[in-house]
Order: sequence, then C-alpha cells, then structure tokens
Amino acid sequence: MAATTEPITLPELTTEELARYSRHLILPEVGMEGQQRLKAARVLCVGAGGLGSPLAFYLAAAGVGTLGLVDFDVVDASNLQRQIIHSTADIGRKKLDSAAEKLQALNPALNVVKHETTLSSANALEILKDFDIVADGTDNFPTRYLVNDACVLLGKPNVYGSIFRFEGQASVFATETGPCYRCLYPEPPPPGLVPSCAEGGVLGILPGLVGVIQATEVIKLILGQGEPLIGRLLLVDALAMKFRELKLRRNPECPVCGPNPTVTHLIDYQQFCGIKPETRQEKAVKNGIPQISVTELKQRLDAGDDLLVLDVREPFEYQIANISGKLIPQNDVPQRLAELDRDREIVVHCKSGGRSQRIAEFLAQNGYTKVSNLAGGILAWADQIDPKVPKY
Amino acid sequence: MTIFIPTPLRPYAGGKPSIEVEASTVSAALSALTQCHPELRNHLFTPEGKLRAFVNLYLNDEDVRYLPEKDSTAVTAADTLSIIPSIAGGSWPDECLRY
Repeated sequence: MAATTEPITLPELTTEELARYSRHLILPEVGMEGQQRLKAARVLCVGAGGLGSPLAFYLAAAGVGTLGLVDFDVVDASNLQRQIIHSTADIGRKKLDSAAEKLQALNPALNVVKHETTLSSANALEILKDFDIVADGTDNFPTRYLVNDACVLLGKPNVYGSIFRFEGQASVFATETGPCYRCLYPEPPPPGLVPSCAEGGVLGILPGLVGVIQATEVIKLILGQGEPLIGRLLLVDALAMKFRELKLRRNPECPVCGPNPTVTHLIDYQQFCGIKPETRQEKAVKNGIPQISVTELKQRLDAGDDLLVLDVREPFEYQIANISGKLIPQNDVPQRLAELDRDREIVVHCKSGGRSQRIAEFLAQNGYTKVSNLAGGILAWADQIDPKVPKY
Repeated sequence: MTIFIPTPLRPYAGGKPSIEVEASTVSAALSALTQCHPELRNHLFTPEGKLRAFVNLYLNDEDVRYLPEKDSTAVTAADTLSIIPSIAGGSWPDECLRY
C-alpha cells in the first residue's frame, strides 16, 4: 500500500489504461497502485534534445500523467543524429512542438505542459514548483547549476545525466538524504581551459543510453521501488562498454545543501560559470584581436582586398565544409609560421570562432600585427552568406 | 596502479584511456602521471598545485577528499585511481566547450 504519510488519493485507471499497461500491472513492483502513481506523477524534463528525447518518450510510454518540457530551441538537421523524438520533417520547427506532438501521438492521455523559454533564475522556481521530479537533460553548466540549486531550494529530486563524446554520467541529486551536484562539483570549469573545440561531438547513441537510465531512475522514484542512484555516480563508457560506479557523499560544506548554506536563492549562473555578457566594445575587439563579421569579410573579398583567410580547423572538418581558406589545423600553426606572411592581413576562422580567436591571439604574440578573427566562424558564414555551405 | 584518464583529458595523455604507474600513495601516483604527461598538470592542478575544483579523484570507488589520509593514502598495484571531471556535451559553442 501507499505510504500512509501521503494524503493524495490516486487516480483510477480507465479500461483502456488497464489494457495499455497490462505488462506493468502484472509486475509486482508496479501493479495497480504503481501504475496509478505513475498516472498521478508530474515530471519536468529540462531540454528536449539528446537526453530529453528518450527520457520523455519512455516516461510518456510508461504512463506518467503529466510531463513538462522546457526548451526554446528549434530542430536543426545536426540534431537528428541523436535527438530521436524529432524527424526530418521537423527541421526548423520548435523542438517543443515537435516533441509534444510525438509524445501525444504515443500516449493521447498524456498531459504535456510546454514551457517555451530558457530556464533562468527568474523563472526556474515558478516552473519547477508544479512538478514532483526534475530530469536534467541540459548540455551546459549554467543551466545545470541552476537546475541543481532550484531543486535543492524546492526539495525536489534532480535526476541528472550528462554526456561527452563516448562517456556519460548519471545520478540522482537533491533528495532529502543524498548529495547534490554541487557536493560533487562545487565549481564549474573556467571557460576556455580545454583548448580544442574539435574535441566536441557525441556518439548519437550515448544520450539514448544515458537518457534511458534517467528515465529508469524517474520511474523508480515514482514507484518507490529498487535502489535509486542516490549517493552514487554511474559512469558509462560506450567505447569500452563498461559501467562503473563511484560513491558520492553529501559535502558538509556544500554551499547549497550543506547545514550552513551560503546560496539561499538563485544567483546569476552565467556569471558563476565565468560567462560575461558581451558588450559592443568587447564584440569589436576581443583580447586585442579585432573581430570581423562574415558580411564584412564577404564585402572585402568581393572587393578584391588582399587578405589571407586562415582556416584552423581539422582536415575532416574542412572536408565537410570550407570557404576556400588556407588550412592549417590549430595544433600545426606553431610549426608552420613560415607559411604565414607577417605583412599580409590575416583573417582566422574556425567552426564558430573559439579556436580561431586563440590562434589569432597566438599569432599576435608572435609578431603578426594584421590579424583579425572571423566572428561566428563558418557557421555564421553558412547562416548569413552562403546557405550552400553545410553546417555540422 | 592503474589511473583512468577521462575522454576530455586523453589528448594530454597520449590518447590513452588508462595509464599504469608505480607509486606508494595517491599523490605520488599523480606526480608520476604528470611527470610522464606534463601537459596534464595544468588541467588537473591550479598554478599553486591544488587539485582543481571541477576535477574529482576516486581511489577505487571512494572520493579521495573523504579518505582519512586524503592524497597521502597508501595504494597498491591492484588499486585504481579515476579522474572524474565535470562534463557537458551536446551542441555548445566553441567558447563554452569545456569538460
């Protein structure tokens, strides 16, 4: 029977629901009461992307009654390699609409609550308060710390998943007894410590693996069955196909869930993660490097200005898309300076402007005075100048 | 002992997923590691030599921070040391791509 401390009465199952969930109903760990608990449950998925896709799909299939989705993005072709809730026909549509449609088609009884916004310190508590469990499928540090802190402040479990290339992590944070994300990582890494954005990318299947682990944990928490990943960090290595587990402890000095918290309300998470809002001045010149826009570069190339476009991406990226720049991968630049004329104007570019900025700074340190960085990189070029340049 | 290198740090460790070192304590094992792969030092430690706040170290399945002797804990050849940095994947602009 349900824990007697819970005053809520569970909703009855309809005849259709009894048929639909028969494989659950015959499991002693779920049964009639468990299925009713699922029907009564309200789960918020932050992000309808790689992790959110399988997560939301399975929760909808399992009979979770109310599913909240937070996302502000639109479906891009490069999402489809892993974000299985969206289809080719959805490219350009709001992820929220695309996801809600698929979930509703799978389970018409599902109540989908759409939040078309970026989760922020201003709206997080208001959005999270209507849900019992939060599943974090975000891909960035500011939102991850925001979700964590909001869950701790509201006393809601945070089912966490995270991925990088072939590796994933999962855990359940912010329960009454267990640790939170800040107990594990009190501070985010400073931006730019990892020098190469060519290291990004993710195996499309990996968010499937990790998202389904998150869904499993959500279901277990609703049912009150099994051993949730509280106080345990599950590590998934898809290449080795190894699962390992580490013990997590509540940090007695945790600034948010410790006995003497210093974080008692939501803060500015962009600032906390070292991301400064760009001012106009900073946009035009960053760390001493002039930033040139794609439109300006196009105008100058069309005008026949003598400038060298230096592409510092990897050869495989050049193969996917290029704007006829001279290719010297970033790590080879120090050995190949002889190929670069100090008197000629150089515009450095990469995929979106991060690597090229660092190489432009490196060139400036090595006596190159006419170096600028292409703001937004080849992605901006594809968006604003030539749509035939593939985005990846 | 075996030290597991997480994906984001493998480029600074010759691409290897794990590295064998001979050491008698956790800190000696880390010294041996950064001696073989000096590029790792900046990613694991602050200029003052303190382990970075976004990097966690586990001896087998225990957080080194919570071991009574912390990084002076004795280790044997059968032990494993795991470096666990915070990660965030997906599609995130270059500027923000981090562990």
